[in-house]
Amino acid sequence: MHTRQKWNRVKEFFIEWLIRICGISAIIFVFGIFFFVFKEGAGFMFTKWDPVQFFTSIEWYPTSVSNKRYGILAIIAGSASVTFFAMLIAIPFSLGAAVFISEFCGPKWKEVLKVIIEFLAAIPSVVWGFIGLMIMNPLIIKIFNAPIGLNVLNGGIILALMSIPIIVSISEDALKAVPDSYREAAVALGVTKWQMIYRVLIPAAKNGLLAGGLLGVGRSIGETMAVLLATGHAVQIPNGPLDSVRTLTATIAAELGETEQGADHWQVLFIIGIFLFSITFVINLIAYLVVKGIRIQAGES
Amino acid sequence: MHPFQETEFSKAKQRRETLVKYGFLAMTVAIIIPLVLIIGYMIHEASPVLNTDFLLKAPQRGMKAGGIWPALLGTIYLVLMSLIIAAPVGVMAAIYLNEYAGDNWLTRTVNLAVINLAGVPSIVHALFGLGAFVLFAGIGKSILAASLTLAVMTLPVIITSTKESLAAVPMSFREACWNVGATRWQTIRRVVIPNSVSGMLTGFILEVSRAAGETAPIMFTGAVFYKAVKEGDIFAYNLTDQCMALSMHLFTISTQVPGVPEAIPFATAIVLLGTVVAINALSIGFRVYLRSRKKW
Repeated sequence: MHTRQKWNRVKEFFIEWLIRICGISAIIFVFGIFFFVFKEGAGFMFTKWDPVQFFTSIEWYPTSVSNKRYGILAIIAGSASVTFFAMLIAIPFSLGAAVFISEFCGPKWKEVLKVIIEFLAAIPSVVWGFIGLMIMNPLIIKIFNAPIGLNVLNGGIILALMSIPIIVSISEDALKAVPDSYREAAVALGVTKWQMIYRVLIPAAKNGLLAGGLLGVGRSIGETMAVLLATGHAVQIPNGPLDSVRTLTATIAAELGETEQGADHWQVLFIIGIFLFSITFVINLIAYLVVKGIRIQAGES
Repeated sequence: MHPFQETEFSKAKQRRETLVKYGFLAMTVAIIIPLVLIIGYMIHEASPVLNTDFLLKAPQRGMKAGGIWPALLGTIYLVLMSLIIAAPVGVMAAIYLNEYAGDNWLTRTVNLAVINLAGVPSIVHALFGLGAFVLFAGIGKSILAASLTLAVMTLPVIITSTKESLAAVPMSFREACWNVGATRWQTIRRVVIPNSVSGMLTGFILEVSRAAGETAPIMFTGAVFYKAVKEGDIFAYNLTDQCMALSMHLFTISTQVPGVPEAIPFATAIVLLGTVVAINALSIGFRVYLRSRKKW
């Protein structure tokens, strides 16, 4: 064999292995994220950590001199309330927009609206937070006569606007995936468009719509800068939408810079990171399985 | 009565149809209108200070005056470094997924991992970057550590976009190439990649826009409050330096520094927003152009 051919063989062999390694890089990184975040928090987790207190106590006093307490229940409530509020606003509007784009628009307007929604998705989270802080804050104080405008309502509206693009795009895909024969059959029966949407399209696309909603929830729980700026800084279980809260993500972002590396407080923040990672992992997994369910169904039909 | 004459019933039905249509239109518009109002208001507030001097000058008097040059430059460094790191890995991962991987459990796991990587909260990426690059690898807080963190975070963008463009290359192209005796890698290199390079570029552009806007992942891995940089100096940072970044700077001046005149954070927000939107517009324009001239 010529040396050049041999050299090509060797080269190809190495390149293909490099491609294989890069191919599984995503798996390596997901494990890497879990491993390294876990590693920083493990020391505390296996010695002093009290999971019952951690998840059921509302007392978050990480810097107390006499009695440091790490209870994140109020912070979980903060994340949950803001996410709940965001979804309360985002899901109906996103569904409406997805139905409009998929069922009522001509091809030209469809393209334009999709581009606009894409732009909405491109706005950086810190800019959203800034909007919450500088624009929504005074507006909420004025309209609701609230003492402070940085609260669940503010964070919820901001997160709703942030998660609308992903919900719209997944829902629109789901509606597009409903076969046209369903629409034709409905029209042939003489139903109105509203009846067709409500009774045929939404039931047929429900898995995709569910996946869209789930990804919206995942996005909202994981969002950091926007809620850090827009929800105020009160560790408390909110009584209403006008109460300030603190979320899991904002707690890490706000406190990590001020703790000593390796201290208990520092390690607890990494444990919160693991908790956040687990939540979003499960949500993404469910959404993936739901979407895959659709693909299998579509393949069969 | 004429059989095709409109009855009260059909008229009412028609009215309901129109109502439903406008109802859905209203919901769509309700998403877009606030966006337009907000951005208009921000531009209005920013206009007093928004000019080239603002872009090219360093912050002065404890960030209460001056421009944003060190932050803008830092963002450019971070974004380019993260692209240099993420692009080869992402492209090769996409080649693996589209050209090599069979339909088996490993491929499904990789796909799931890509989706999950995209869904990991940015603050968790920050913790990972701090634990893995800054502390474990011993790089320290630096542009390099921050870029690595951003690269891991934006990898799914490149993988997804490249994979799509590879999948769009018709199978017959590959078959023709195999039939003249080319190996798998030769086919990929000479036929598949040249035919999908545009989709890859779209992915790179999206990566850049995503990386430019992120704050949390760089907060603890390499971005700082202030760094002295001369006006218009483009070689101000080393890879091992910490740097300022636009997103971080916006966060700093709107929360940590009291007494900043309102126009400055508004202008910073508009520059950040404008950069990201312009990059996105570039990618959309590119996509439309390519779709119009596709040969197959």
